[in-house]
Amino acid sequence: MTEPLLELRGVNKSFGVVHVLHDVDFAVYPGQVTALVGDNGAGKSTLVKVIAGIYGRDSGDYLFDGAPVTVHGPRDVASLGVEVVYQDLALCDNLDIVQNMFLGRELRRWPVLNEAEMESKARETLASLSVRTVKSVRQPVASLSGGQRQTVAIAKAVLWNSKIVLLDEPTAALGVAQTRQVLDLVRRLADRGLGVVLISHNMTDVFEVADRITALYLGRVAADVPTSEVTHREVVELITAGRSESHGISESPATAAI
Amino acid sequence: MTTETPETTPATPSYAEADFAVDSHRAGTLREAGIDYLNRVRGGDMGSLPALLGLLVLFLVFGLTTDSFFTNLNLANLTVQAAPICVLAMALVPVLLIGEIDLSAGFAGGTSAAVTALMIVDHGQSWPVAVVGGLATGAVIGTIIGTAVAKLGIPSFVVTLAFFLALQGVMLKLIGQGGSVRFNDEVLRGLAIKNVPITLGWVAAIAIVVLYVAIALFTFRRKVARDLARPPFGLVLVRIGVVAVVVLGLTAYFSENRSRNPVFPIEGIPWMVPVVIVILILMTFLLSRTTFGRHLYAVGGNTEAARRAGINVIYMRIMAFVLCSSLAAVAGILQAAYSGKVSPGSGGGNVLLYAVGAAVIGGTSLFGGRGRAIDGVIGGIVLATVDNGLPLLIEESYANYLVTGGVLLLAASVDALSRRRRSASGV
Repeated sequence: MTEPLLELRGVNKSFGVVHVLHDVDFAVYPGQVTALVGDNGAGKSTLVKVIAGIYGRDSGDYLFDGAPVTVHGPRDVASLGVEVVYQDLALCDNLDIVQNMFLGRELRRWPVLNEAEMESKARETLASLSVRTVKSVRQPVASLSGGQRQTVAIAKAVLWNSKIVLLDEPTAALGVAQTRQVLDLVRRLADRGLGVVLISHNMTDVFEVADRITALYLGRVAADVPTSEVTHREVVELITAGRSESHGISESPATAAI
Repeated sequence: MTTETPETTPATPSYAEADFAVDSHRAGTLREAGIDYLNRVRGGDMGSLPALLGLLVLFLVFGLTTDSFFTNLNLANLTVQAAPICVLAMALVPVLLIGEIDLSAGFAGGTSAAVTALMIVDHGQSWPVAVVGGLATGAVIGTIIGTAVAKLGIPSFVVTLAFFLALQGVMLKLIGQGGSVRFNDEVLRGLAIKNVPITLGWVAAIAIVVLYVAIALFTFRRKVARDLARPPFGLVLVRIGVVAVVVLGLTAYFSENRSRNPVFPIEGIPWMVPVVIVILILMTFLLSRTTFGRHLYAVGGNTEAARRAGINVIYMRIMAFVLCSSLAAVAGILQAAYSGKVSPGSGGGNVLLYAVGAAVIGGTSLFGGRGRAIDGVIGGIVLATVDNGLPLLIEESYANYLVTGGVLLLAASVDALSRRRRSASGV
């Protein structure tokens, strides 16, 4: 098996007396989609924010390309090539697709914005992702559908030659056809060699695109398994009970000493 | 027109076909561009259209009902009258863009003009030094307002209302109770009462048109060469035509002698006009061609998105107010040049309403994220026309307040309704 691109080892995180993450090991492999599943309150969002550098770690290692790195904030993580696409997409309705994709990192020929270069690059990126669902890259984001917005947000994340993209519930608010588009896009990202983390509640989506599944249960990793080795039912049990037949935590953490 | 986007087939052909329009690089023919524009207007993206129509109506009403409105002298006076309002309205644009408001801009301009006037009259400074002093006053006021809004999180309405009151006190203290400072520096006062020599006016007008044509054609050519999204060539020609007609037409109009006295000819473009044009060009450039401008729109469109994109939102907020108050200082100085004095009431009364009103009337949204510098100029001309034409029609001044207030309310309603419409149609 290939070396993980990004790896967390033994990460603990508490908020006051609430111990949210217990010795979490999490790995993202290049060219694979890793699904992060878990019930509400299992620690998914906290884990994502730790990876994104928004939260610090109480203990544990953060490794990138096999080497430990120090992460002090979101900028450090972004400079490693890790991008997060949050659920509330963070796009500006009054700006067009190109302007949104380059927001905060505009190309310019001092001091003038280099619109031509930005438009070409945005179009290139969208084309490389086989995104052809937008009428024009110069249309305002306000006129896009939910799926198209998600697409723009993802394209924005891969524009910067990022190595890892974390997607927080990318299909949560989408219809059938749009979910299809986004899942295809997720698959294509992995096929390009990116490490993709998909956070989702939707088992159908997970089983369709994910190569590995990491299930969190009450802040612990219940299982980290290839998708091919588990069934739909087993994953649901891992999410709800923390164990399922051969997989899962042997001792119920609910009764274990913390 | 085919595109050069690689036509790779999607991995799975199960996309919703309806979503599959190929990325179009141009709007097609002029006709299509026209239909496109109509659809945008219907969808609630009206820009300056209501203001331009309103201006047309005002000109027709005043022109048909009064004898003196359409005289050359009056229209030239109208232009000079409009200049400070236009600049003040442009000052408000960056603040409105980030979804805030500045009620104190009028008095910020008045205070700055008072500082400028006092530096000339009491301290014998030359006019450039005095103007820099005035601008610095505006910048300081803007910094304090911006810091209070962005860092402390006080609503801009309250902060600027406080400044609206406090700055009146500052002006009373500076100028003295019941007094006024004369504003008769030859150069500054000359902005309002002198005109550009006719030859220079023509040279500048032709230079502006040639420059515009060159930039428009160059930009279009580059877009074609790199196959970028572009308007149809016909539209570019139409735009060039409009600019040429407006610039050259106004120059021709102002070059005629408008004096009633044959001994003293009055001809040429009032100096205020080039001042407004230069500010308009600079502001347009800043808002649409620089990172700073882009970030202003982003903060106004979605503050959280701007923050996550790494934009320093607090800095952008403060700078919007600094820009606003500094430009308001320019407006205050122009207003002082027009009236020849600065009194403690300068920048009060109707001016407060003009400042916010003109930008909104011109098409800048009160809700943030939408607006252009030219909106301020168009709105400023509308308000100045009301101000100028109405007294010719109805002598009592109550009518002026009523109509101006009505126009502002109308413009704000158009803004609110078109916003609702936009969110429904997603333009």
